[in-house]
Amino acid sequence: MSGKAAFKILRGTSQGVEFEQYETPISEGMVVLDAVRQIQADQIPDLACRWNCKAGKCGSCSAEINGIPRLMCMTRLADLPLEKPVSVEPMKAFPLIKDLTTDVSWNFHVKKKIKPFKPRPPDASDGTWRIWQEDIDRVQEFRKCIECFLCQDVCHVLREHRLQSEFIGPRFLVHVAGLEMHPLDIEDRLEELKTAYGVGYCNITKCCTKVCPEEITITDNAIIPLKERVVDRFYDPLANLLRKFKK
Amino acid sequence: MVDSQEFEYDVLVIGAGGAGLRAAIEASAEGCSVGIICKCLLGKAHTVMAEGGIAAALGNVDDRDNWKVHFSDTMRGGQYVNNWRMAEIHAKEAPERVRELEAWGAVFDRTKDGRILQRNFGGHKYPRLVHVGDRTGLEMLRTLQDYGIHQGIEVHMERTVVRLLKDGDGSRVCGVIVYDREKGRFQVFRAKAVILATGGIGQAYQITSNSWDCTGDGHSLAYEAGAELIDMEFIQFHPTGMVWPPSVRGILVTEGVRGEGGILLNSEGRRFMFDEIPDNYKHQTADNPEEGWRYTQGDKEARRPPELLTRDHTARCIVREIKEGRGSPHGGVFLDIAWIKEKISHSEEHIKRKLPSMYHQFKQLAGIDITREPMEVGPTTHYIMGGIHVDADTQMSTVPGLFACGECAAGINGANRLGGNSLSDLLVLGKRAGEYAADFARENNLGSIGGEQVEEAVEMALEPFGRDNDPQNGAENPYSIQNDLQKLMQHNVGIVRKEEEIQCALEKLDLLKERASRVHVPGNREFNPGWHTALDLNHLLTISEAIAHSALERKESRGAHFREDFPEKNPDFGQCNYVTIKGPEGNMLVRSEPIPEMPEELKAVIKEME
Ligand SMILES: Cc1cc2nc3c(=O)[nH]c(=O)nc-3n(C[C@H](O)[C@H](O)[C@H](O)COP(=O)(O)OP(=O)(O)OC[C@H]3O[C@@H](n4cnc5c(N)ncnc54)[C@H](O)[C@@H]3O)c2cc1C
Ligand code: SF4
Ligand code: SF4
Ligand code: FES
Repeated sequence: MSGKAAFKILRGTSQGVEFEQYETPISEGMVVLDAVRQIQADQIPDLACRWNCKAGKCGSCSAEINGIPRLMCMTRLADLPLEKPVSVEPMKAFPLIKDLTTDVSWNFHVKKKIKPFKPRPPDASDGTWRIWQEDIDRVQEFRKCIECFLCQDVCHVLREHRLQSEFIGPRFLVHVAGLEMHPLDIEDRLEELKTAYGVGYCNITKCCTKVCPEEITITDNAIIPLKERVVDRFYDPLANLLRKFKK
Repeated sequence: MVDSQEFEYDVLVIGAGGAGLRAAIEASAEGCSVGIICKCLLGKAHTVMAEGGIAAALGNVDDRDNWKVHFSDTMRGGQYVNNWRMAEIHAKEAPERVRELEAWGAVFDRTKDGRILQRNFGGHKYPRLVHVGDRTGLEMLRTLQDYGIHQGIEVHMERTVVRLLKDGDGSRVCGVIVYDREKGRFQVFRAKAVILATGGIGQAYQITSNSWDCTGDGHSLAYEAGAELIDMEFIQFHPTGMVWPPSVRGILVTEGVRGEGGILLNSEGRRFMFDEIPDNYKHQTADNPEEGWRYTQGDKEARRPPELLTRDHTARCIVREIKEGRGSPHGGVFLDIAWIKEKISHSEEHIKRKLPSMYHQFKQLAGIDITREPMEVGPTTHYIMGGIHVDADTQMSTVPGLFACGECAAGINGANRLGGNSLSDLLVLGKRAGEYAADFARENNLGSIGGEQVEEAVEMALEPFGRDNDPQNGAENPYSIQNDLQKLMQHNVGIVRKEEEIQCALEKLDLLKERASRVHVPGNREFNPGWHTALDLNHLLTISEAIAHSALERKESRGAHFREDFPEKNPDFGQCNYVTIKGPEGNMLVRSEPIPEMPEELKAVIKEME
């Protein structure tokens, strides 16, 4: 692969945005982040974007590439059609700061509100715990999350309906699932899941799972089991029956 | 020009990697008000990339392990120019720090009997690295982050410290000045004690495994504030970085691949690591492939394969193969894990489970399936052993009120760090930095910022906007200077060094500094990466100069520092460290400092472990 490719980058601030087109030389193996940084170095030094690890590990470089939420550092140009300009835009679910950067602080506030890990007292003779690998496989899947917030970006509850104040979003449902299924954790988060965390808003479209760069099965493995736990606690048939009787 | 809002803390931590977070948690537990500043978002620091594991002598997999073995391994790996007291503290306290992480929610891989699993790594005698697949750094950072946010610590993200501020009489550090990335506003933070935990310097080199934030800021900020740097010549080049395609060159391939049985081959298919085994490791190293394999599979009678010798040695063997024309097509050598299919059934599943990120990384970035084909790898700039000179017990620098921990501090690793010893160092010495900074804060008041420091710092930081923007008149682009600097360091002060080349680097560094004084950045202060690069550049230039000067002084080869013109180890140099300090005229001074005599008990430990 060589020659040049064109990129349409959304530039601007909350005051207004516009696509601008740039051409840059490309070479074998290049990813979108390489192209963006090259454009930054040669053409527009003040093009705002975030990146850190350039290896798909930190979740800083989230953007929408040809309309799809992805990590810029893990999207190879070879996998994109280059006949027409590649469009690169910031995430839509969060307020724009400038160019490709958005204000993701809401996510950090949400995390702080979630009841933290609370272990049972150590019960092994050496003052620690015994934990079996098969009991943590699932939790380890959730803990692969790199907090890129791409799932938050794609979820219609946040993106279209803007229910940020009522729904914590797939990322944090994964986080809660990781705590709830942690073999040592004894905290109870079911009441909050139903109310403050808003698990009921998720209607299982699975869009979040599709964009997760860590391939976490967000919907099937995290959200559905949480929904089931909430149902078991609050909407159990016997309880429902009793409620009807009272009417 | 400066935001009127000031922040005040007992203890202020700069950097939210493993070291900074652990320090902040401890200072907060000591009852201090704590602020933490980082130039990226929380949870994105370079620590997140660490793969292989945390070294701690828990003895879960091999009960012969204990602090004494870990201590001697660390000293041997560092070729005995380490600070022995730090190495001792580190080996003794690491197990407790790891267990604490578990109590805070970390979910490490398990042994069959439900304890924390440990894996083999280069230079560690027994399986010692606590890990989660190959994403240990993420697990550790996330655990500290999720625990830390509930400890009353205030986090200020995307703020970059541009200068440390000193007390009226210049005797101690009592604050910092930052700009925020979003708006480019300047803010003053005052504190009774400041802890630097800013990580490494990898961005000074062209081929590196390090992330964007590794620009040596802490090293350079401390130096400018009058603190001593030490061991700056010791830069670790990790033997296995990706080499192809070009855009991913440098990205790390974890040593865990070799720990799980991966072997290094040259273009002739020869396992060249058997060709040269250093004398001090001969008795610990397998002399045939079969024994090496058994070692990786947990056979306690077997000795480790030569692929798991220390990083400095392995990197040089790879360079030798490449130089002598036995390299792979893209200028590396082959690293093969797929071969284990000869040994175990379901090897594909096994590899994917043990090395999931590696599988992913090669599949996605290079189109290679590591369960079927060998990888191409070559050395990449990975870690700096040198850094801020600190007291072993308290982590205080040579400037009162200024503490340092993590990669930006120095001492524990000597001439070469063992894999896994960084994450454990962040925990052990990070905790200590927090503890002693809290002590210092209790005994001192806020202090008053002397003179015009704030105004000067702001003025300097804004210079790139005011300069002539016409290239015809010499206006420079910050990115192109950074590029030239990276190439210069890579070629002249890289894995193999010699006097003329280092001299030449020093001359060229002067030219680069001159060019840096003509950097112009367009646009305004709002989220402007060109401006950020211009400011980072000053740090990179300072630490590059320190590296080159120290490399020139150490006229021998030891650990990661290899001098072609002095290829042997020289016992005289084994008695000293090199210290860098800013001289009275603003020029950089390097002097040697004798290493204090090791106490008899520790000498006895080393003897016992031989
Ligand atoms: C790919 C890779 C794999 C590794 N694997 C392992 C491993 O398996 N085991 C092991 O022990 N070690 C490993 N290491 C080494 C280890 O990860 C690092 O040495 C360690 O994480 C450094 O941590 P730190 O806390 O010192 O700094 P960092 O994690 O680098 O954090 C630095 C912090 O300082 C902030 N900062 C920097 N400058 C400024 C400034 N001017 N103003 C404000 N904030 C600033 C940054 O934003 C960041 O938050 C690996 C390294 C790499 C590159
Ligand atoms: S599955 Fe639920 S959480 Fe995921 S995108 Fe759809 S609605 Fe949102
Ligand atoms: S769950 Fe996946 S998509 Fe969502 S933040 Fe985590 S890594 Fe990103
Ligand atoms: S830069 Fe870290 S995930 Fe892309």
